[in-house]
Amino acid sequence: MSPQGPDDPLKDAVLAARLFLIAPQLFGGLTLRGAAPARDALVAALGDAFASSGKPFRRLPGHIDDERLLGGIDIASSLASGKTVEQSGILQECAGGAVVVPMAERVEPGVAGRLAQQADEGANGPAMILLDDGREDDDAPPASLLERTAFHCDLTHSREWEVGDLETGSADIASVCPLDEPALAALAATAEALGVPSLRPLIFAQTAALAHAALQGRSRVEEADLAVAAKLILSPRATRLPPAEEPPEPPQDAPPEPPPEAGDETEDSQQPNPDAPLEEMLVEAAQAAIPADLLAALAKGNAPRRVTGGGTGKRRKSGLRGKPLGARPGLPRGGARLALVDTLRAAVPWQEVRRRETGATREDPIQMRKDDLRVRRFEDKAARVTIFAVDASGSAAAARLAEAKGAVELMLAQAYVTRSEVALVAFRGDQAELLLPPTRSLTRARRALSELPGGGGTPLAMGLDAARECAEAVISKGRTPSLVVLTDGRANIGRDGQPGRKQAGEDAASSAKAIARAGMDALVIDIAARVGPDSAALADAMHARFLALPRADARQIASAVEAVQPTRDAA
Amino acid sequence: MARFPFSAIVGQDEMKQALLIAAVDPSVGGVMVFGDRGTGKSTAARALARLLPPITAIQDCPYGCSKEDKDRYPDVCGTGPLRKRAVPFVDMPLGATEDRVIGSLDLERALRAGEKAFEPGLLAKAHRGFLYIDEINLLEDHLVDLLLDVAASGENVVEREGLSVRHPARFVLIGSGNPEEGELRPQLLDRFGLSVEVKTPTDIETRIEIMRLVASQERDPQAFEAEWAAQDDKILKQVARGKNKLAKLEPGEDVLTDAAHLCLAVGADGLRGELTLMRAARALAALKGAKAVRREHLIAIAPSALRHRLRRDVLDETGSTARITRAIDELFG
Repeated sequence: MSPQGPDDPLKDAVLAARLFLIAPQLFGGLTLRGAAPARDALVAALGDAFASSGKPFRRLPGHIDDERLLGGIDIASSLASGKTVEQSGILQECAGGAVVVPMAERVEPGVAGRLAQQADEGANGPAMILLDDGREDDDAPPASLLERTAFHCDLTHSREWEVGDLETGSADIASVCPLDEPALAALAATAEALGVPSLRPLIFAQTAALAHAALQGRSRVEEADLAVAAKLILSPRATRLPPAEEPPEPPQDAPPEPPPEAGDETEDSQQPNPDAPLEEMLVEAAQAAIPADLLAALAKGNAPRRVTGGGTGKRRKSGLRGKPLGARPGLPRGGARLALVDTLRAAVPWQEVRRRETGATREDPIQMRKDDLRVRRFEDKAARVTIFAVDASGSAAAARLAEAKGAVELMLAQAYVTRSEVALVAFRGDQAELLLPPTRSLTRARRALSELPGGGGTPLAMGLDAARECAEAVISKGRTPSLVVLTDGRANIGRDGQPGRKQAGEDAASSAKAIARAGMDALVIDIAARVGPDSAALADAMHARFLALPRADARQIASAVEAVQPTRDAA
Repeated sequence: MARFPFSAIVGQDEMKQALLIAAVDPSVGGVMVFGDRGTGKSTAARALARLLPPITAIQDCPYGCSKEDKDRYPDVCGTGPLRKRAVPFVDMPLGATEDRVIGSLDLERALRAGEKAFEPGLLAKAHRGFLYIDEINLLEDHLVDLLLDVAASGENVVEREGLSVRHPARFVLIGSGNPEEGELRPQLLDRFGLSVEVKTPTDIETRIEIMRLVASQERDPQAFEAEWAAQDDKILKQVARGKNKLAKLEPGEDVLTDAAHLCLAVGADGLRGELTLMRAARALAALKGAKAVRREHLIAIAPSALRHRLRRDVLDETGSTARITRAIDELFG
């Protein structure tokens, strides 16, 4: 058992937890990422702290339904006793306390909505402790919940498990004087520098500074308190780097722990430059808490984590397969399966009424009506549709066209395995055409491909527009498109069908930008005999990945397409 | 926790104006608030509940029906005397089930008395009031369809589980959401009368002011509420006066012509834009206590009333708000 290292993430998390305990409802909660032993220990310690102050502390089961969450009628005991038995919901039971949400990254939007609504109740709602087990960067709890929990601690790389005492004594926020003008200005400026636009973190940071001062037994907020607030609350939400004097070097093999500066040491580390303005020191404190790998990611201009917001096309309801969701009224047809238990549950309360109506007795079998029927619903991962936009102009020589055709065929064969679909857009002369609407049919695709002639000008803008329209149709059906554009990038026919290299180039660039704005996954494959700058610029405008394959053969393209696509979940 | 007072919300004037207009004239048809997280969307919507002058309703009516409703829906209303009650403000959660929204079989009475009775849902509760949905863009499709249908027809028809009930449900839909997390279907967007875009205040002074206000509210909610109660009351009176004045205000020919010209210039789809523009301008005039609806009212409300009705052009990067301001400048200069 090693002593607690000075730079272990747990140390910050423990400080966050202590601040949280001073005013759980004001802070809304804690988000703890990473299933490290440290986290279990911290949650257990928090549980003890809540128990000793007599506040409720409950764990939310993952499969919770509305009735249990918010309260309602307990059907089973109501039936047994013959009178209405109310059951209270977990959120009600936890009012004034805290509720632990395990596997928060998988919380359904419905449950998240309920929790967010309760959190907005402030003192009457429970605080949330979100346990985030997400592994991938874009695997995060719903944004609505992240936003409402003040502290975000990543314990993935913590090597400690000794939490120690979370005792906060009699610390009380009300005993600390409100923040003065310069302090508020410093926090606001820090949030600005780190690119934290939302107001909630600012308000949390203010409260955290007060709580930290109270914890230290001070009646006035000092710089150290502000530094802690900036570090614990603002820096995990940073979306950009503060303008730095020296460029941050992204070390390739750097350990992911934050630089050795944490907890109460911030005060000392501020000493070397006492003349610097307050907000600069706060930015420094916050910056110090940003882990090195995040720093590198930010410097490259990438957002730190994409939050799963329930956007279109990622998931969809399905009657056939996927993760089970609640049952819905409906008839078991179109492949939907009957949910027997839910159907019975729907029918049971009616028995008394129906017996009276039909004059049946208790000995008669249960009476079902059509309205009782419930069908199962599942959540399915959306199917991916790959849209190939193929340049069939004369400049993309006939040999390349054959290769592009081959690639589509190969993709189709793979689509059979992965349940994804392909579509084909061809452009040549003065028109672009959707040769093949999204399909899984191998024979139809083969026929469409073999009929594709080559030759003529390059109406690149038209081709891109047609591909985008096809992709939009795919999105509206709840599936996820990815575009693969095979071209040499040498546009010479404008959007209006008139020849002219300059206008055509401009049109193509604006079409490419429209694709980028729509945020579609795209890949540009240069199929020119000699790679020119045109297609690379096109890919850039499209925010697409770019591959130059001067001697493309079908197998190479197919593997490139596969490599570019996000890996599908094993589920 | 005590709600944050409406009058203590700093900035966000367009959102506040739109909410008050909906309070003055519900026929404007709902408010959609788009914006980033933490910009005070839900705070403002929920604070609105306290600014609404009470309504007169039949005492025991579960739907809060007015005298006129009673004549149209004789079976559902009670027969009690008329009493004042607060305007309902229903906060609909994202995970609400269909049963909860439209109402369902009253389990308690079915179990105990073996009676087939209807238990009113959220739509019934929201009758003559407000239905607020946070993150409406994440709402399940079948619920969105259902809401659309009821909002358009003003009544809720329940035909399920052997129940057959028809009850009035006229409410102002207030939605909020973050467009980055999912678009709202255009059909639903068009049903909203007004749409406002909320940006997080970037001005440091404003942000400091907000932090200070929130801190003093957290410190002592009761005192804070008392401090702002007078301000809130003032707005309540203003809304009440506006409601009374509304019937007497009739937009003149010149304002109607202006509205038609403006809609044409920005290419707003359908007649709904003009109607909303006219109604909203009238409500604004009533709210401001003006003697007549004037062009300035029209201009003030035009972005909110029209920005979600412009045809989307993927190749035009100019936002809809800019297009409307440009048209206003060209027309009325």
